[in-house]
Amino acid sequence: MFYREAGKFRTSYAQDAQIFPLGLDKVMVGALLVFAFLIVPNIASQYWLIALLIPWLIFSLVALGQNILTGYAGQLSLGSAGFMAVGAFACYNFLLRVDGMPFLAAVALSGVCAAAVGIVFGLPSLRIRGLYLAVATLASQFFIVWVLDKFGWFKNYDPSGVITAQPIVILGYLFDSAAEKYVLVAAIVGVLALAAKNMVRSNIGRSWMAVRDMDVAAEVIGFRPMPVKLLAFAISSFYCGVAGALFAFAYLGTVEPSAFNIDMSFRILFMIIIGGVASILGSFLGAAFILLLPIFLSVLFHTVFGNAVDASMLSATELIVFGALIIFFLIVEPHGLARLWQVTKEKLRLWPFPH
Amino acid sequence: MFASRALKRAVAALVIGGTLAAGIGLSKEVQAQAAAAKLEQYFGIPSFRVGPFAAAGTGFFGGIIDYLTYINMTGGVNGVQLTWQECETEYIPARGIECYQRLLKRGNQQMHIFEPLSTPIAYGVLNRVDDDRVILTQYGYGRSDAADGRVFPWVFATLTSYWSGASAMINWIASREGGVANLKGKTITHLYLDNAYGREPLPVFRALAKQMGFTLQEVPVAVPGIEQTSQWLQIRQAKPDWVILWGFGAGMNSTAITSAARINFPRDRMLGIWWAASEEDMIPAGDAAKGFFGVANVPSGRQFRVVQEIEKTVYGANRGNLQDPKRIGTIYWNRGVTAAIFWVEAMRNAQARYGKGQVMNGDQLRWGFENINLTAVRAKELGIEGMLPNFRLSCEHHEGAGVIKVMQWDGTRWNTVTPDWVSSDRKMIRTMVEESAARYAAEQKITLRDCSKEK
Repeated sequence: MFYREAGKFRTSYAQDAQIFPLGLDKVMVGALLVFAFLIVPNIASQYWLIALLIPWLIFSLVALGQNILTGYAGQLSLGSAGFMAVGAFACYNFLLRVDGMPFLAAVALSGVCAAAVGIVFGLPSLRIRGLYLAVATLASQFFIVWVLDKFGWFKNYDPSGVITAQPIVILGYLFDSAAEKYVLVAAIVGVLALAAKNMVRSNIGRSWMAVRDMDVAAEVIGFRPMPVKLLAFAISSFYCGVAGALFAFAYLGTVEPSAFNIDMSFRILFMIIIGGVASILGSFLGAAFILLLPIFLSVLFHTVFGNAVDASMLSATELIVFGALIIFFLIVEPHGLARLWQVTKEKLRLWPFPH
Repeated sequence: MFASRALKRAVAALVIGGTLAAGIGLSKEVQAQAAAAKLEQYFGIPSFRVGPFAAAGTGFFGGIIDYLTYINMTGGVNGVQLTWQECETEYIPARGIECYQRLLKRGNQQMHIFEPLSTPIAYGVLNRVDDDRVILTQYGYGRSDAADGRVFPWVFATLTSYWSGASAMINWIASREGGVANLKGKTITHLYLDNAYGREPLPVFRALAKQMGFTLQEVPVAVPGIEQTSQWLQIRQAKPDWVILWGFGAGMNSTAITSAARINFPRDRMLGIWWAASEEDMIPAGDAAKGFFGVANVPSGRQFRVVQEIEKTVYGANRGNLQDPKRIGTIYWNRGVTAAIFWVEAMRNAQARYGKGQVMNGDQLRWGFENINLTAVRAKELGIEGMLPNFRLSCEHHEGAGVIKVMQWDGTRWNTVTPDWVSSDRKMIRTMVEESAARYAAEQKITLRDCSKEK
């Protein structure tokens, strides 16, 4: 009934290479975009925008970066939060030190800075693999935060070490309200997600996957592992850097090295594991799971039990339920939430007459 | 097959759960509307009861809730009952901001006071409170230069700020050494958690070192502060006369004390800031902590009348918030109680001006805060003699008295060694506050509030 493919013929390469070949998908994605850009900013409350949607989009972007590196190129990394920190501080310093720096240019440049740092810390990946690489990338996490903490220049010698992000101004227009910031973040994330989708469908993505599946074989068929791996590090760090800048400017409003701790790197890695390794959609679903589910549980528990149950117990129970849900989903679908969606879609194709 | 069945069940559970939540949410709204008719003042409480700082969070927020309950049980504020909602921040900035947004509105009630007990969360909401007209109270932490109410109209440092605390600590050390003149040539180590919190007092210490002629040794400890081996080696080489411990969390503080014991550094030459001086910090260090000096912005103990009354009224009726009533009168709990006292005092002030027995809005409550005048007479009425110093806040001055007490740990409890409050160098700190605030105002392009126009 849904997703009918009967009678749909592709007669050109362009049709063959579409992102959404099915008619229903196109309609749904279009509707989703209209909803996200036109309807949500108008109807969503302050709380939804600031506390849920903006951080979700930003973490989806980081998860995308992590997914490019870990999911597609197969390089296990634990430095994403560090690269976010590079992006956040780069953006702050570009805006502070360069007069008349346009905000979007600063964001792009902070991505470039993060990419450069990413390449440096990606170098060990040429020699070490798997878990050992993860440990090596831990160094980036600690080193970057240490450098930003240690040298006052990055923080403009602020005595407290927590600096206030500058206001976001694009072409003279001040992005001040929650809805404006949301639209800005959604636009950037949308463009970058589209770029990522196209990258993984193209030659670049195939080279990553070849290296991921077996780097010796990839070398034999003509991919040079060094540029391929470093490109994956660069692009992944670029995404993290842009997300870090947005995290500081559109979400927190402050820039502080200790906000980008190892805990955050782990959470980003969990996002793609829960959401789906090597899946664009999975990055969004995983970010939603790790970020929004605890909040949803907390709201649910507080509305259901309110002041009737001791608050300490309530907080602990939330954590227990969250942990149990992670285990539940990993057992039910080890390939992540994106795979669940895929299964659903396959079922819908046959519905209501499964064989 | 299993996957699809499980999926169906999961979806069904989600749908049912969601409907349930929506239904209950709706009935809550109806309740909230009914509540407004009953005259309730609403408070948001962003507590942290799990995670590494749970001991601090349960004590402090427990104290706040116990005092609010106590006020409710004794008739409310001129008949207005207090109501509140909690939200778990886990001491994480992002969760804190989520809580701030969540607590901001409940039904048609508004949150007007936000007290997260966390410097990172306070910084995260600092640029939101102006628009939302929410008072950020920063009870013994946070930005020190927020004491300038012209630049930070909605931010207070209701108790002593870090800068005043640092200055008062040096003053107390000087008095132990027999006068400021004797500090010349002495070495004082600042052993601190290497983040915004630990670095905050550095400008004050550096200025004082220059002024008084002592050598300042700065020894940072990386977050979370457990690994201190090389730091204590450094301290051993420098042979300081005093070590100031600027730590947070029972892990860091007890490690510092046991490390000091290992190199035989006398514990009675150590002075911990108020976050390094709670019962929960000392007990893990065992006997090693005996003799350790700690700063109190609110002293511990049950000898205060308000503490006894809460114990009798609230815990007597089995409505207390602490799981373990033995924690009544501990530092964190006492601090929470006094924090809530300021909320209620501000409310009383505001009601006296804007209408007794009415629910106050953000602007009115801020006026109430800026007109807090804690005299000896008022302290006696509130039952907090000796618990808080006498001071008054105003439109320009958003900081409390800027004084401390010093206590010594005897192995089981804190004993106050300074019967009177130890003062800081108010003039010097105020100059630094105004300079720093002016710099912030210039950076953020803030127009100063004109206090002479406000009454």
